Amino acid sequence: MDSIWFKLLGVVVSFIVAFTVGMTYMGLSRKITARVQNRKGPPFYQNFIDAMKLGSKTSAIHHGVMQHFGPAFLMVSSVMSLMIIPVLNNGMWFSNLNFHGDLIFLLYIMVFGPLGMALGAGQTGNPNSAIGVTRGLSQMVGFEIPWVMALVALMIQYHTTSIVDLMNIQVESGTWLIFSSPFAFIAAVLAMLGMFRYSPFDIVGAPTELASGPMSENGGKYLFTMMSSASVFAFAKLTLYVDLFLGGASNLIELLIKTFVIYMIPVLYGVVSPRYRTEQSIRYFWGWPTFFGLLAILYAVFF
Amino acid sequence: MINDKNSQKIVDFIQNWARKHSIWVLAYGTGCGAIEIPPTMTSRYDAERLGVRGAATPRQADVLLITGYLTTKTLKRVIRVYEQMQDPKYVIGFGSCTINGGMYYDSYNTIKVLDKYLPVDVYINGCMPRPEAVLSGFAKLQELIAQGKANGAQKYKDNLDWYRENQKKIIPNWVMPEYNW
Repeated sequence: MDSIWFKLLGVVVSFIVAFTVGMTYMGLSRKITARVQNRKGPPFYQNFIDAMKLGSKTSAIHHGVMQHFGPAFLMVSSVMSLMIIPVLNNGMWFSNLNFHGDLIFLLYIMVFGPLGMALGAGQTGNPNSAIGVTRGLSQMVGFEIPWVMALVALMIQYHTTSIVDLMNIQVESGTWLIFSSPFAFIAAVLAMLGMFRYSPFDIVGAPTELASGPMSENGGKYLFTMMSSASVFAFAKLTLYVDLFLGGASNLIELLIKTFVIYMIPVLYGVVSPRYRTEQSIRYFWGWPTFFGLLAILYAVFF
Repeated sequence: MINDKNSQKIVDFIQNWARKHSIWVLAYGTGCGAIEIPPTMTSRYDAERLGVRGAATPRQADVLLITGYLTTKTLKRVIRVYEQMQDPKYVIGFGSCTINGGMYYDSYNTIKVLDKYLPVDVYINGCMPRPEAVLSGFAKLQELIAQGKANGAQKYKDNLDWYRENQKKIIPNWVMPEYNW
């Protein structure tokens, strides 16, 4: 059971699960947004149809080498984050390729995709892409601070930098980290609002304002790659939150319920909010989320 | 096996089904028809339930919606936008002005017949066409896509010289970049 082939098989299967679940969640969020706006909305499988259509586009444009690499970087980053996040906590299925210190590695690899995309968007020469990249990186400076603070608080409190260790602590003690370190959870969830880029933090890909920002020159198969990478990354992030704060999940049904509950926080906050400006967004993240992050670190050091 | 006629038919059927149910529209607000797009998209008529959705840029769009009259100045931009779109692409002429000039039939500054400059797949007539008419136009386009008959882009490529000649008659200072479409 410990052979590397078994683990690799788990990685492939968890990629397929992540793709399917992520796409379905995004379709459901479109449906929920429509219902909030008193519309009927597209069917929940609309994103699969869109992906099929984008994949079957017959022409593509060429702006340079980096433009082709941009979406590939995004995909690589998503898959790598997924590979080191254990999907289930029973220690047998889908434990994936995690190792000691993977929480620190994860902090780096989650930024890698957007940076690669920034290079790719720069090559297209579209001014909207350049503005979108600037906004995205500024916003990242905003939400990375409470996010890192929340994770550092967990590392200090439990003396470990391994996701599996944190999951085992929750299984052994019987309390989820959402109860034993609540301030870290609050900071992490507020940072997640920026990570998912739904309103009011959709300043990067604002369709009417920036013509969808970094992806404005990418159509067809490039857009398909970005869409699937976003789905996989969304699933990876939601699973990470469930692993860290909600005690992991012992089977897929439990995982789906917990991730869906977490996913509803940015979606439902988004459908009732208009869009922030860039400086408002950064000010938001350096306000209460950072305060809760500091509180979490103080809590971890002194209690 | 791959080049087999029957397997190609199955692939075409699946691709056309996907294209039919996912139509991303670039609503180029050329004339007064653009005002009919918001009610079509919002909660009263909700075009998104049919898979019709706004696209932000020409690169991502499938359908170019010419809403109303085209001035000679706008025509140049519209041609550029159309040529930036990725295959397969479709054009919907919206309103009487795109068919025969409509109420601008004797204007010195607008084009009268859109089909001479861009290959139109579906016309929606009326001045203005109501959202019901717009939705029926999309339904007609879906029908054509499913049958594989919405091949305006191919027509444009085959008869490029004829289209270019017509376009250059209207646009005297033709300063356009070469595309790699």
